[in-house]
Amino acid sequence: MNWRAVKAIYMFEMSRAFRTLLQSIVSPVISTSLYFVVFGTAIGSRINAIDGVSYGAFIVPGLIMLTLLTQSIANASFGIYFPKFTGTIYEVLSAPVSYLEVVLSYVGAAATKSIMLGLIILATASLFVPLHIEHPFFMLLFLVLTAVTFSLFGFIIGIWADGFEKLQLIPLLIVTPLTFLGGSFYSIEMLPPFWQTVSLFNPVVYLVSGFRWSFFGTADVGIGISLGMTLAFLALCMAIVAWIFRTGYRLKT
Amino acid sequence: MQPIISVKDLCKTYSSGFEALKSINLEVRKGEIFALLGPNGAGKTTLIGAICGIVNPTSGQVSVAGHDIKTDYRAARSMIGLVPQELTTNAFETVRADVSFSRGLFGKPANPALIEKILKDLSLWDKRDAKIITLSGGMKRRHMIAKALSHEPDILFLDEPTAGVDVELRRDMWNLVRQMRETGVTIILTTHYIEEAEEMADRIGVINKGEIVLVENKAELMRNLGKKQLTLLLQTPLESIPQALSAYQLELADGGSELVFTYDSRGERTGITALLADLGKAGIRFKDLQTSQSSLEDIFVNLVSDRT
Ligand SMILES: Nc1ncnc2c1ncn2[C@@H]1O[C@H](COP(=O)(O)OP(=O)(O)OP(=O)(O)O)[C@@H](O)[C@H]1O
Ligand SMILES: [Mg+2]
Repeated sequence: MNWRAVKAIYMFEMSRAFRTLLQSIVSPVISTSLYFVVFGTAIGSRINAIDGVSYGAFIVPGLIMLTLLTQSIANASFGIYFPKFTGTIYEVLSAPVSYLEVVLSYVGAAATKSIMLGLIILATASLFVPLHIEHPFFMLLFLVLTAVTFSLFGFIIGIWADGFEKLQLIPLLIVTPLTFLGGSFYSIEMLPPFWQTVSLFNPVVYLVSGFRWSFFGTADVGIGISLGMTLAFLALCMAIVAWIFRTGYRLKT
Repeated sequence: MQPIISVKDLCKTYSSGFEALKSINLEVRKGEIFALLGPNGAGKTTLIGAICGIVNPTSGQVSVAGHDIKTDYRAARSMIGLVPQELTTNAFETVRADVSFSRGLFGKPANPALIEKILKDLSLWDKRDAKIITLSGGMKRRHMIAKALSHEPDILFLDEPTAGVDVELRRDMWNLVRQMRETGVTIILTTHYIEEAEEMADRIGVINKGEIVLVENKAELMRNLGKKQLTLLLQTPLESIPQALSAYQLELADGGSELVFTYDSRGERTGITALLADLGKAGIRFKDLQTSQSSLEDIFVNLVSDRT
């Protein structure tokens, strides 16, 4: 393994985030606060507790997941798309670096950033609602697994995209609807039976549900199923990345 | 001696169906400066890309110091520094950080002293903390050279290093290339400037339409260059060259109405005076004369247009 290269790319990507530190931290903190003001306080005060959890606390895991998903995808897709777009990718391609090392460093950096964001949001949320985390280990496990999985997914999008529109397309068209319909702001038990069934095809439901379970000990779907689905999606993304690199798809002409 | 780069039957067909390289065979010797000449679109950048891992070859083999670029890519690529033709930079990084990044990417431990030396050699030290986006074009070019040198390559590819570079900087670059060669680095450069190839290269390869049309020592080419031709338009055509003139390098052209004398313009004596005297004695009269000299440029243009 060329660990020095992994470190070099990782640090390069992280320094990009630190250069824009203010915007990387301030904007999610502000938007989370807004969600709490609107959903947690204004609307939430009129909504009954769900499974004994106040609505303000109930949406915390969902909010963190929402940010984790969108940020992982945005960070990772941009991280690999940008050098492709500017042409600086030549250096990585000509370096003695294996594909595994490339993925490890780009995806690692993107995942690190979104995990940091998730924790910042958690800290911000705890200013608004008293939070008690039932299963801290699983909380962290879901945080890391989700960040890694969706950073891989973002990496795939970044490689596939050959224009800025495509870079936006999948997040906008697929990911945002899935997250909003994934039970971030409600329990899927609140839905009519038909839509409950439809929801079970939404992978985000399992992430949010598992994550919420780690906070409150209750969830829409069992923790085993949640974990299983998350790992399955991770495996799928890894398989696609492996295929991309075996064929040089969209990286080499 | 084993060549440091050996290219065998290398083909590249782009996904558009365009055949950019047609079975290239080429060997580059260790420690030489090899100039690759060719018109726009000849395939120079594609060839370099295929050797360096940026372009996926369609077929053929390349080995670098015995390491196959596919199966043993780590060893092969560690030896190579690449300065691409296009100025592509990590615009928002600072010069020094970006050059250090390149070193790390190639798996070498940090070495601030070496980075400092490289930046000083390339007159970039003053700009070490400047963002790359604030550099001029020539500075960016030097910055890219610094990146390629940061990991101490044994082989350096320079794809048109002097395109868009002023005369002074071009001289500096030539000096730098010579210095590198003295430390044992093999250099492959592409250029459109024939005088650059003349000035720098040990050997010259000409590529056209994806095919290597010539690889020759520069000295050899220059010897041809040193040759001049004197053409005499005769009043009456000759059947053959008279016995009396057999000592001269003469040829008949244009159905015997032209007599062509080839001589070395750099020789002590060219033999022109003696030839003209002997022609007079032999009773051969001419109505006009002209001299011509082939330059590397002519050779190049001929080679390239022959194939069209
Ligand atoms: N990605 C690509 N897809 C399709 N064709 C390509 C691609 N890249 C290059 N070509 C074609 O391959 C041929 C060789 O291009 P290349 O860049 O190797 O030429 P070159 O010798 O470096 O030219 P120049 O002196 O202009 O830099 C050109 O005809 C070019 O149009
Ligand atoms: Mg070129």
